[in-house]
Amino acid sequence: MTRYILTRLSSLLISLVIASIVIFGLIEIIPGDPAAFMLGINAQEDTIDALRAELGLDASPIARYFAWVSGMVTGDFGTSYTYRTPVTEMIAERLWISLPLALIALALSTLIAFPVGILAASKRGSITDTVIMGFTQLGVAIPNFWFAMLMVLVFAINLRWFSAGGFPGWDDGLFAGLKALTLPAISLALPQASILARVMRSALIDTLDEDFMRTARAKGLTQRQAIRRHALRNAMIPVLTIIGLQFSFLLAGAIIIENVFFLPGLGRLIFQAISQRDLIVVESVVMLLVFAVIVVNFAVDIAYALVDPRLRRKA
Amino acid sequence: MKIKTLTSVFALMIAAGAAQAETGLIVGIQLEPPHLDPTSAAAGAIDQVLYSNVFEGLTRFGSDGSVNPGLASSWDISEDGLSYTFYLREGVIFHDGTEMNAEDVVFSLDRARAEDSANAQKALFAGIETVEAVDPLTVRVTLSNANGGFLFNLAWGDAVIVAPESIEDIKTDPVGTGAFKFSNWVQGDQIELVRNEDYWGTPANLETATFKFISDPTAAFAAMMAEDVDVFYSYPAPENLPQFEADPRFEVLVGSSEGETILSTNNLMEPFTDVRVRKAVAHAIDRQAIIDGAMFGLGTPIGTHFAPHNPDYVDLTANSEYDPELAKSLLAEAGYADGFTTTLKLPPPSYARRGGEIIASQLRAVGIQTEISNLEWAQWLEQVFRGKDFGLTIVSHTEPFDIGIYARPDYYFQYDNPVFQTLIEDLTAETDPKKRSELIAMAQTIISNDYVNGYLFQLAVPTVVKAGVEGIWPDAPTQAIDLTAVSWSQ
Repeated sequence: MTRYILTRLSSLLISLVIASIVIFGLIEIIPGDPAAFMLGINAQEDTIDALRAELGLDASPIARYFAWVSGMVTGDFGTSYTYRTPVTEMIAERLWISLPLALIALALSTLIAFPVGILAASKRGSITDTVIMGFTQLGVAIPNFWFAMLMVLVFAINLRWFSAGGFPGWDDGLFAGLKALTLPAISLALPQASILARVMRSALIDTLDEDFMRTARAKGLTQRQAIRRHALRNAMIPVLTIIGLQFSFLLAGAIIIENVFFLPGLGRLIFQAISQRDLIVVESVVMLLVFAVIVVNFAVDIAYALVDPRLRRKA
Repeated sequence: MKIKTLTSVFALMIAAGAAQAETGLIVGIQLEPPHLDPTSAAAGAIDQVLYSNVFEGLTRFGSDGSVNPGLASSWDISEDGLSYTFYLREGVIFHDGTEMNAEDVVFSLDRARAEDSANAQKALFAGIETVEAVDPLTVRVTLSNANGGFLFNLAWGDAVIVAPESIEDIKTDPVGTGAFKFSNWVQGDQIELVRNEDYWGTPANLETATFKFISDPTAAFAAMMAEDVDVFYSYPAPENLPQFEADPRFEVLVGSSEGETILSTNNLMEPFTDVRVRKAVAHAIDRQAIIDGAMFGLGTPIGTHFAPHNPDYVDLTANSEYDPELAKSLLAEAGYADGFTTTLKLPPPSYARRGGEIIASQLRAVGIQTEISNLEWAQWLEQVFRGKDFGLTIVSHTEPFDIGIYARPDYYFQYDNPVFQTLIEDLTAETDPKKRSELIAMAQTIISNDYVNGYLFQLAVPTVVKAGVEGIWPDAPTQAIDLTAVSWSQ
């Protein structure tokens, strides 16, 4: 098990180094000078140069890369070009919205998908199964931003139960914060739940045909007991993979949903930073997301080993 | 029971929404200010939130674009027009409690024109030779050349008076003299201002003013419809304005802005070096079709680079009337009977993206093929504005009274006319209002006759306002949302 974790850890580190080089390189290539952008069309050339020097943009790319990486290692992501505040603080502030949003959406999607997927699998071929599969098909097909707009129309504009968007801040109380995240979380969760339910169903159906399931039934277990004790555990590997992928998607992929609900989260931060050429913010947020994805994958790898003892021994 | 609890929870939520006290105002705007220093960035959002509300200059713009006394209650101008003596108001106190005096004015103006200044409109201060404090309430500014637009220049958001003690943190904690104080900024979401109880002038009616940043047009519609915001300034989706007009809960104000929207032409690129080609382009364009198709009917046609609401405006639209046949014959005369191909580079705003498609098809009708490329602002600045690598582009020039850009041969459309340059020099030096008007009219006519750019329309600013909100400026003489006189009707 230790060796398994160590190999996973070293591949995690290598991925991070490669990612940092790729991100920095790509952002260097994008045309657009942050200083010229900030000063607009009436600015004089010497003013732009003065601002470039102030932002440290006159240093060589290699020097800037090392300054960026060495800062990140110590938790210092640098200072935003446009906002002039530490990037670390900005990210921390935005994470307080994006992280709860992703977690709520993930919890919602899992809570919906598991029972639905299990139900569909155990009643395979029945009318229940067909109806469930029909709905999940719809859930996968509907784009989440469109679903979000629909929810705003119904619950914010017509029923007035929720605000159309915005975030009052956690200082206004847990309830106000959760209320503001409800519609966005549902919009994010629904397509994810549909995908997860379908994966759950097909993974479970695969294991239901296995010999050990017949043995379990022959031992005298009911269908329900056999599923709970033997089939579910075996079906978890593909499901875990999908959950891992979904979490990274929810964290990074909320860009559109955050725009629809004008939530000040990470997605909106990166969206604004790209258009304003706030390169250091873009680099740092993307790096953080890469880090999150890699760490989640690492956690999923560990989880595989926990549910499947064979993986532990092999490594 | 469960349903009952739920219902009461929702009832509470609704009550909380309805209890929104009528002493505060929530204003939706599209873009968030990058920081809060109007004197070191071009972003219009900074002025929208802070101009007049938090920061004031020696002079200030009125709702009609006129220049009025601000922190200076009056001034004397010397005979030769070189020396301005400003008399400051008494008892003006910065939001941090310190007094505003002549030293602060000297500091602010010197900072703006300093060598290492990051002021985006540094040219406004170019003619200043010295700024000196005569006594605590008197400032004398000496210019190297007479400048008839100097008081106008001082009214810009880039020329506001800042407190030296607070300059270190101005980007996150702005300290001004205005009727509102900066209170709180939730980055990515909103900025809150509160009433300044120690204001020197008429205090604001509103106790709080909150600016919310909603960039997505659909989200803007939803926020307005759900009454999450009271005012949406420069509403981004003109297609649903009729819906607001029909709804008694709202009012739609369509004001004019300082944004001359033009088909900018690279005057140094073949074949636009030939005035006949530029004239052909001008006659190939059907302005009204662009206004109707791209702007849902909002916008006033212009025939030169000047705002139609300005008293000195000359209507020169007849100079470039829609006449595709004339355009074709002009092209033939210039040796392009079979037309030519050029680039059309479009920045993100809808006037450019939607307008660009329409212009491309109008140009195609006279034989001019365009290769359209959609650019982000940062790319546009780099390629078009600084790199001058373009044939045509569409952009709205939102700075007030900016006809002087035509006197800068290195400006991105690269128009180099010594006659015009001398005229602008004379205009700058002229202080007599009547003679200024004449010169301004001449300037408009020259660029119109030279077909420097395709003049399309003056950008309109639609603002959606909740019924009961009074005092919102309909027009946008500068990029400001002056809330000092806004109130809720009883």
